[in-house]
Amino acid sequence: MDTRSRVLGTSVNWLKRHLVVIAGLLTLGYLLLPNAVVTVFSFNKPTGRFNYAWHQFSADAWTDPCGVAGMCGSLATSLQIAVWATIGATVLGTMIAFALVRYRFRARAAVNSLIFLPMAMPEVVMAASLLTLFLNLGARLGFWTILIAHIMFCLSFVVVAVKARVMSMDPRLEEAARDLYASPAQTFLRVTLPIAAPGIAAGALLSFALSFDDFIITNFNAGSTVTFPMFVWGSAQRGTPVQINVIGTAMFVVAVLLVLTSMVITNRRTRRKA
Amino acid sequence: MAAVTEAPPPLAPAAPESRPPRPRRRLTPYWLLLPGMLWLIVFFALPMIYQASTSVQTGSLEQGYKVTWHFATYWDALSQYWPQFVRSVLYAASATVLCLLLGYPLAYLIAFRAGRWRNLIMILVIAPFFTSFLIRTLAWKTILADGGPVVHTLNTLHVLDLTNWLGWTAGDRVLATPLAVVCGLTYNFLPFMILPLYTSLERIDPRLHEAAGDLYARPFTTFRKVTFPLSMPGVVSGTLLTFIPAAGDYVNADLLGSTDTRMVGNVIQTQFLTVLDYPTAAALSFILMAAILVMVTVYIRRSGTEDLV
Repeated sequence: MDTRSRVLGTSVNWLKRHLVVIAGLLTLGYLLLPNAVVTVFSFNKPTGRFNYAWHQFSADAWTDPCGVAGMCGSLATSLQIAVWATIGATVLGTMIAFALVRYRFRARAAVNSLIFLPMAMPEVVMAASLLTLFLNLGARLGFWTILIAHIMFCLSFVVVAVKARVMSMDPRLEEAARDLYASPAQTFLRVTLPIAAPGIAAGALLSFALSFDDFIITNFNAGSTVTFPMFVWGSAQRGTPVQINVIGTAMFVVAVLLVLTSMVITNRRTRRKA
Repeated sequence: MAAVTEAPPPLAPAAPESRPPRPRRRLTPYWLLLPGMLWLIVFFALPMIYQASTSVQTGSLEQGYKVTWHFATYWDALSQYWPQFVRSVLYAASATVLCLLLGYPLAYLIAFRAGRWRNLIMILVIAPFFTSFLIRTLAWKTILADGGPVVHTLNTLHVLDLTNWLGWTAGDRVLATPLAVVCGLTYNFLPFMILPLYTSLERIDPRLHEAAGDLYARPFTTFRKVTFPLSMPGVVSGTLLTFIPAAGDYVNADLLGSTDTRMVGNVIQTQFLTVLDYPTAAALSFILMAAILVMVTVYIRRSGTEDLV
């Protein structure tokens, strides 16, 4: 009886000591559970139109990922929009970030709040107001209106990411370049830009992810153009093909692999330098 | 070297045109800002004005709309859809509190206890982002399915009796109830809570914990008096980043809920895209925006972190 209570006591103590770790790992499980389900159900062979209940193992969807009408087309549309939105938002956002960090001018406060507002606004409000504008202008909804909207909401995130990086950069580096007779263009291309690059890359990556995954704003301003999130939305009503889970799993795996490779590369570089 | 910085290079004064004249240099920031700001003014600020004007118009889709300063639309919208407004605030607030309760231990774990696992856990927090959030939300339909393992477990543990009594669930199901919607909202916005929390926790010097321990503070006291107050910036920005998008969301309420769980976002979406009643939809989205602005301002004042925004 004594040993029993002692065992109980030590396990309670162990639990107490590791409470944060256990709770944290449970949260991590909560975050990853849907991804696990998506992966498992990408190997399902459903009986009906919906892929919500496990029926039978099958790799059919993996061998024929584009076997669903319209899905890969929507994926291509999404990729195209995301690439152009990333380029547009990154260029415009980087310019704004440089202006905000490097120069003192009168309209700074106004500019800062105009940058902040889109991030603090519920998406549905922005989506609805943009649609009102397009309807009033009589614009044809489609690829271009989606692209315009995506550049608009990605812009602020790029500004924030680039600003953070440029602000932490030592201005004396540029002065040194100028002292060594570098022209303004040379200074910018060989000193400023390389140092700001990680911030710009972070902003671009964020833009791509936001644009590729956006549903609410796209749904309002897409007209008859179908992006991948809109295809998934439609399939929730019509019937979800297993291929959607295949794409979801592939995206997850590719993202993890990309991050791991970039980490291995930076590790090697730092080790070589040291 | 000193001579170089003090005296201009000999060629410069001889060719004054080659240097940009002063006034033009003062204009540089404005040239840098111009395209981006134009974009935001035309496609963000101007639409808001158009929407404001739409909300006070009357007319019909066939005969066209005219601005008649018909403010009654706001009153009508509010009196007809107040349950959806209340629901949106309640669901978003519950999801925010749950995100804080669930996200804090994980952020703490990554910041102080993960050691060499830190990067891996960080990747696992961010990576789900790359699977389309609609696909992940649909996965919750499978997880919470009627008669599935989750519902079965909750039923066996008599948790469902409690939630039924609270009105969060109905009968033997979780799907199509408020609980499912809040679960989806919590899940979808959790990373927006974890990342700011982690950033502010990571800045805390671990020696402060040791100091608290040396002064005989128990671990919980250390947390309450040292760690939590220092992580307040993360808590404030995390709750804002969770609450604002959650209050406007309509995807979770649509995919995981039923007609009894509709939020303002759902109403705005239907009014705009299905019913085509633009004035009501515009009024609703303005009320939502105003409500959020008021709540956020009060919250920021109360939490005493005004310099944050």
